[in-house]
Amino acid sequence: MPEKKSRKSNRKVFLFALSTCIWCRKTKALLDELGVKYDFVDVDLLEGEEKERVRNRMRKFNPQMSFPTIVIDDEVCIAGFDEKRIREELR
Amino acid sequence: MKKIGKYDYEPSNEEIDRVYQKLKKEAESGGYFLNPDEEFTKLLVKSLLINEKRYGYWACPCRLAEGEKEKDLDIICPCIYRDVDINEYNTCYCGLYVSKDAYDKKVPITPIPERRPPEEERKKLRETKKELPSQLPYPVWRCTVCGYLAARDSPPDVCPICKARKERFERFI
Ligand code: SF4
Repeated sequence: MPEKKSRKSNRKVFLFALSTCIWCRKTKALLDELGVKYDFVDVDLLEGEEKERVRNRMRKFNPQMSFPTIVIDDEVCIAGFDEKRIREELR
Repeated sequence: MKKIGKYDYEPSNEEIDRVYQKLKKEAESGGYFLNPDEEFTKLLVKSLLINEKRYGYWACPCRLAEGEKEKDLDIICPCIYRDVDINEYNTCYCGLYVSKDAYDKKVPITPIPERRPPEEERKKLRETKKELPSQLPYPVWRCTVCGYLAARDSPPDVCPICKARKERFERFI
């Protein structure tokens, strides 16, 4: 049986958020609570080319462009503050 | 790419409070209810004030605004998705407006799926604005926020039901 890798520590977690969105805020709080290391970007605070670039990247994972969007290891995408799924994926 | 979350504008607590009270009163007089979690709701009010400063209108706090009013018309708070979402899920997308049951804490307020169509679809929708030839003595205007209908030469400046502004009306018949 393949060794199950530690789910939390080895995973690359990226959060697309909005600074004004309260569900995004709750998502950040939950990730902090779980002790997950993650990078995030508040897309509404970006401008010009950088904003376009981030939007294009996000669209690939979540064409609906809804916030928050969590991307894990560039493959798993969790759209919305789905507490149960976040806990399952990142426990 | 890490970006420290910060606001580009900080409304004062007094301002947030004042707008919160006003919104609450207006909502209740129109048969709507604000989220009873006051802390949560005030954060959303703060976000609306930030967006007002940023864009010049109350762009929905939980959606990415384009900053062009024409493209954001559907998500100016209250957005055109509010009423259907309250009916189906007991809350609007952000959790600012909720159903009576949610207000009375009979049902929980949870995150809900995004109902707004994706960018491409919205663009198509905007471009295929239907021209409705009419034999009626007056055109009928529909408030996209609450569905109120008015048969008159032009839409009212403010919707008498939900207080949405004139630009939120569309020709219905
Ligand atoms: S009604 Fe709710 S979902 Fe719609 S714009 Fe306002 S806060 Fe956002």
